[in-house]
Amino acid sequence: MSTQASRSAARTMLSPAVILLLIWMIVPLVLTLYFSFQRYNLLYPDRAGFVGLMNYTNFVATPAFLTAVMNTLVLVLGVLIVTVGGGILLALLIDQPIWGQGVVRILVIAPFFIMPPVAALVWKNMFMNPTNGLFAELFKFFGLQPYDFLGQAPLASLILIVAWQWLPFATLILLTALQSLSSEELEAAEMDGAPAIKRFWFIMLPHLARAITVVVLIQTIFLLAVLVEILVTTNGGPGTASTTLTFLVYREAILDSDVGSAAAGGVVAVVLANIVAVFLMRAIGKNLDA
Amino acid sequence: MARAVTTGQKTINTVAAWGVALLLFFPILWMILTSFKSEATAVLSPPVWFWFDWTTENYESVLEQANYLRFFWNSVIIAVGSTALGLVIAVPAAWSMAFVPGTRTKDLLMWMLSTKMMPGVAVLVPIYLIFVQFGLLDTRIGLVVVLMLINLPIIIWMLYTYFKEIPGEILEAARMDGASLRSEILFVLLPMAVPGIASTMLLNIILAWNEAFWTITLTTVDAAPLTKFISRFSSPQGLFYAKLSAASTMAIAPILIMGWFSQKQLVRGLTFGAVK
Amino acid sequence: MGQITLSQVTKRFGEVSVIPPLDLRIEEGEFVVFVGPSGCGKSTLLRLIAGLEDVSDGKISIDGKDATGVPPAKRGLAMVFQSYALYPHMSVRKNIAFPLRMAGLSQAEQDKKVNAAAAVLNLTAYMDRRPGQLSGGQRQRVAIGRAIVREPAALLFDEPLSNLDAALRVNMRLEISELHNSLKTTMIYVTHDQVEAMTMADKIVVLQAGNIEQVGSPLDLYHSPRNVFVAGFIGSPKMNLITGPEAAKHDATTIGIRPEHIGISAADGLWRGTVGVSEHLGSDTFFRVNDTGLGDMITVRAGGEVALHHGDAIYLTPDMTKLHRFDEAGLRV
Repeated sequence: MSTQASRSAARTMLSPAVILLLIWMIVPLVLTLYFSFQRYNLLYPDRAGFVGLMNYTNFVATPAFLTAVMNTLVLVLGVLIVTVGGGILLALLIDQPIWGQGVVRILVIAPFFIMPPVAALVWKNMFMNPTNGLFAELFKFFGLQPYDFLGQAPLASLILIVAWQWLPFATLILLTALQSLSSEELEAAEMDGAPAIKRFWFIMLPHLARAITVVVLIQTIFLLAVLVEILVTTNGGPGTASTTLTFLVYREAILDSDVGSAAAGGVVAVVLANIVAVFLMRAIGKNLDA
Repeated sequence: MARAVTTGQKTINTVAAWGVALLLFFPILWMILTSFKSEATAVLSPPVWFWFDWTTENYESVLEQANYLRFFWNSVIIAVGSTALGLVIAVPAAWSMAFVPGTRTKDLLMWMLSTKMMPGVAVLVPIYLIFVQFGLLDTRIGLVVVLMLINLPIIIWMLYTYFKEIPGEILEAARMDGASLRSEILFVLLPMAVPGIASTMLLNIILAWNEAFWTITLTTVDAAPLTKFISRFSSPQGLFYAKLSAASTMAIAPILIMGWFSQKQLVRGLTFGAVK
Repeated sequence: MGQITLSQVTKRFGEVSVIPPLDLRIEEGEFVVFVGPSGCGKSTLLRLIAGLEDVSDGKISIDGKDATGVPPAKRGLAMVFQSYALYPHMSVRKNIAFPLRMAGLSQAEQDKKVNAAAAVLNLTAYMDRRPGQLSGGQRQRVAIGRAIVREPAALLFDEPLSNLDAALRVNMRLEISELHNSLKTTMIYVTHDQVEAMTMADKIVVLQAGNIEQVGSPLDLYHSPRNVFVAGFIGSPKMNLITGPEAAKHDATTIGIRPEHIGISAADGLWRGTVGVSEHLGSDTFFRVNDTGLGDMITVRAGGEVALHHGDAIYLTPDMTKLHRFDEAGLRV
């Protein structure tokens, strides 16, 4: 129904949300943009001034930058591979007739609801600690030297931790998509003599393609922003071995109080996120008449 | 599949599924177990599994000191507060998009969803400075507002999908019956939307409780929620595993329970309907 | 109370004109039926009167007062929706009481009126049930109860019987007509079923593509259809419309003769044909006659049982006094 009265009521009812989000979007970003052109360090507030693109060139030129970009790529791709691959396998497994499917689901999705600091600390202290972590115990049991996971393979360890947290999400989404696949299609294929592998490759996987795309895009957005796990376990180290782009910006801002540089880094982060967002929006937009 | 599977096959599947599930759940299980050990027992090598003297001393200790309850309470206020505030703003917005759609409604919805994708770190600096400027740093109200803003798109989106499932004719009937807009929403829409609103609240409380970027960067002591409190144990000076486990278990327990009930809402809310 | 006038009312959706300028006058206490094929604009017209849509141009007045910009809540009308639109979370009693509650009546007043409406509609036994626990017919009656309880200036019905099965539809038709007789409120009723229109209406408005083809009493429309469309729409089975040389014989582009106005003989008549399908209803028999040389199949009604079968020769003689003639524009001559 749409009359002038209802349309103007609708506009009024929409305005708080729209105005708030508009302000939330524009004001901080504009400020970030402004700061990115300023030389401004909170520790030395007198030495402020316009410096053009210097922050950007400095930010990009620091040796940490390239490492951070690489690390970000490795982290995101690593987690994606583990969660999507593992998610598909898990979804397939849970979709089979099993006893206690409800409980299995509960156990599998639990890690997603653990707050990041807790998740990170459990892994750091209880598993990966080379002195008395459980992995160390395992290694000792087999007569091997305990491995300092976080010290010697920080990025891989982080991939493990973050993937553990996000695997439930991917599994749940893929399981939902899988269960929307009509069993008739699969049974017809079976009657046509297709073995399980072929059934998976030619029927299930294409059906899941949509869900996989959504999972990849959504997770990428959130994975780019991973911070607390790094902060609490390796603090970006050793050195910059586990510093991602996000962590680099955070370090500049909070730890070095270099507002200008952090702002420039922030703009870079926004550009990256926007690229992913464009693809995600297209995937969602196709389905928004739901 | 309607076809029966052999018992043997089902057994194999069950064992495999349970195996993987327990493996994934193990860290959480281990943490809960550790919370009931004494500190000495917790660091035993080789580790003990179930057969130790269970004790609640860690829980008592954590609750007594370190103002744990205050951090817990902060988490509650921030999660519930941002959700409530978000609902107040989202209900009218979702109403207008669901029942008085225009040509630009879809674009508007997409734009709102896109605001969720802005990386926090990009605006950390200005937000931090603004907070300092207005004395909002380390205040609960400041966090309530920020968390409301980052989750508003999801709240609006979820309410929108639930509202769309309500037949518009019923609201038209209310109008014909003489209801004002306020009456229409209060007496007809909201009672019908209760399940949807409850689901949205559930998911949002979970997201806000677990939010670990803004809650850590914008608080120090007074308004610090559990995320901040726990994150401070990152430096190894506190080798109090058992106590940490107790504190962590209490921190995650409410959300774990809520989360188990909200699987469907999770899919609806976080994939923005792109997966059904 | 309940006099409604539409002056030059127009409705456009974007560029598309759904209702061209239209004038209509509905008298107090009339039972008016808007009838026409799907998409003819009858529901849109009803919603314009209700205030659920804005007019693009023109004026609507209710009881002499301009109601064009007035929101639906304030027009003093009540509507029964096709899907009934009952409030699922409220009991029958609360559903019916809702308009009174919105009007601010005291609880005692509300109870009195609600019970009265329930009695009229035989709902007293169901007052505490929820809509989900009622049958289609019962829900229908609750919707009507909710509409009449406020004693509105006019009652609007939007295809209320479409969701009911055939037998129930006949019963509800009678109930609604009886309701009109007792309440004497103006009723505006939208349907695509011309039988409902013919049996219930004081005045029928036939619509096509937003245009009013004819306004008149049921018998007016039956005996004197203004154009080919109305002629073919009213009456079941449809009037036989014949073009070509036979029509030219009568000085018209199209002639029409109703199935019930054609005499049958096995031996002799004006037109000769072969019996195609024959439908035996017991009370009537309908023959679909082919090969008459008049173009399409001709439908003929015979009272009672007639012993003619598929393939038999049949002779048809139309009653010339009941022959309708239309010119090239399709208008009555």
